[in-house]
Amino acid sequence: MSDQAKIIALHGGLILLLFALQFVLPAYHHGNLARIMVLASYAIGYNILFGYTGLLSLGHALFFAAGMYGMALSIHHLEWAPAPALLAGLVAGILVSGTLALLALRTTGVAFMIVTLMFAQAGYLTVLYFGEYTRGDEGFVIQQAQRMLWGVDLSDPVNRYFAAWGLLTVCFLAALWLVRHPFGRTLIAIRENEERVRMLGYNTFAHKLTAMMISGTIAAAAGAFYGLLFGYAGASFATVQYSIFPLLWVLLGGAGTVLGPFIGTLFMFYLIDLSSGITTAYMLIAGVALVALTLFAPQGLVGELRRRFWGWLP
Amino acid sequence: MTTCLLKTRGLTKHFGGLVAVEGVDFELQQGQVRALIGPNGAGKTTLVGMISGRISPTSGMVEFDGQNVTRLPAHKRIMAGMAYTFQITSVFVNLSAGENVALAARRRLNGTEADKAVRKSLDRLGLLDRIDQEAGELSYGHQRLLEIAMGLVQNPRLLILDEPTQGLSDGEIADFKLLVRELAGETTVLLIEHNMSVVMETADEVTVLNFGEVLAEGTPLAIREDQTVQSAYLGTS
Repeated sequence: MSDQAKIIALHGGLILLLFALQFVLPAYHHGNLARIMVLASYAIGYNILFGYTGLLSLGHALFFAAGMYGMALSIHHLEWAPAPALLAGLVAGILVSGTLALLALRTTGVAFMIVTLMFAQAGYLTVLYFGEYTRGDEGFVIQQAQRMLWGVDLSDPVNRYFAAWGLLTVCFLAALWLVRHPFGRTLIAIRENEERVRMLGYNTFAHKLTAMMISGTIAAAAGAFYGLLFGYAGASFATVQYSIFPLLWVLLGGAGTVLGPFIGTLFMFYLIDLSSGITTAYMLIAGVALVALTLFAPQGLVGELRRRFWGWLP
Repeated sequence: MTTCLLKTRGLTKHFGGLVAVEGVDFELQQGQVRALIGPNGAGKTTLVGMISGRISPTSGMVEFDGQNVTRLPAHKRIMAGMAYTFQITSVFVNLSAGENVALAARRRLNGTEADKAVRKSLDRLGLLDRIDQEAGELSYGHQRLLEIAMGLVQNPRLLILDEPTQGLSDGEIADFKLLVRELAGETTVLLIEHNMSVVMETADEVTVLNFGEVLAEGTPLAIREDQTVQSAYLGTS
């Protein structure tokens, strides 16, 4: 089999498997997986910037929350239908990520991390400041009646699963296409050696700007879907915790791999889920597992797989 | 009459109090192979850095192909037809040799045309059989050649080579000389070089820099006979 065929078989196989699982999973895991698929989409977005372009952002919660509130506020206050509300979430993501990119990309390295962190924190405080509209920490529920997308009730577990699956499929295929496209390959080269790319005649600033906007928009899409599918929007999604999560998922799964974000999200979700069933000190077990993984598979699960066996993994 | 491809006027760079390059007026005719020589620290890399846009000058002007490019960012100068190869090998070590060259080729070609150009360029440097090998696995000499392949594939009007033969074997240097002579008819080459046999055998003209200023300019033979050049190199007066 050619590498191309293997890539299609593996990634297509995963998409089909996730589709089929819908019919066999017990209710509890069924609900979990829907959540994981939305969060994995968020991680896929994060990976475009961190794993492929080599820019470590600590402020992606800002984009996730921009998508979530762009969607939720237009439903809550403007009584929009879910479809235009989702679109509003996406537009919010594009605008916020574009603006932050213009400011933050003037810096590099640690300064970039700090700037993204600070802007995300400012975003969180903005949500609290306008508590009259956002209900701050408490958040607000999106009623079942407001979650009818083209006559489909998204609060129903089956529909919710399909919507999450649809989002993941789109993000997953988009990422797979992007990183094999010349534009994506230039991003990888920027990660490896930006100065050299510049001296080959590429406008690296424009490339990084575009990468950050793609990354932020995918994160916003995930945020908008998360709010819509699970019927809630709250300030906790704008906290620094939600900036760290995708970083952890991507690191565990394998930065700079297309499969990594999904595998990492799945792994971490069930790691916490299972260990909290054993002890109340579940974070300890999760922590030890994370340390072990960092020691023995520093490139993440999929990264390690690529290093040892499947050199062709994109 | 030959046309002037590159011209600098009063090009100057100060790093803090240190004068790296001072008031350099430099002209390069189209189709010429020009060697830039000088003792360590003479400002050669800084000068080509300002020409290619990597370093912004303190004062002075750079003109490329009749256009003032002093304010143009590096990537636009590259797009205008300059190609720059690094003194310190700067290939993408985690990418294949083919992808390294393809990144350079894709600025102006795409699809199968880019593939063809990549193979041709690698073949010209004798690296075609290593197209799928990771650049980091190549020997130092091969990485130097890969740098040159990345420059060539851009089909540049001006090819700037910063100490390309550093670390090459004698056989590779002989091949390199042939290559530069071949290029002489196709493009303009600006070559920073320490190896005098390369300078003598490939360059049409030589510019000597010393303490950031042009010390002498002329044919390789004339330069070799020049007393001031000899004293600059040998440190006698």
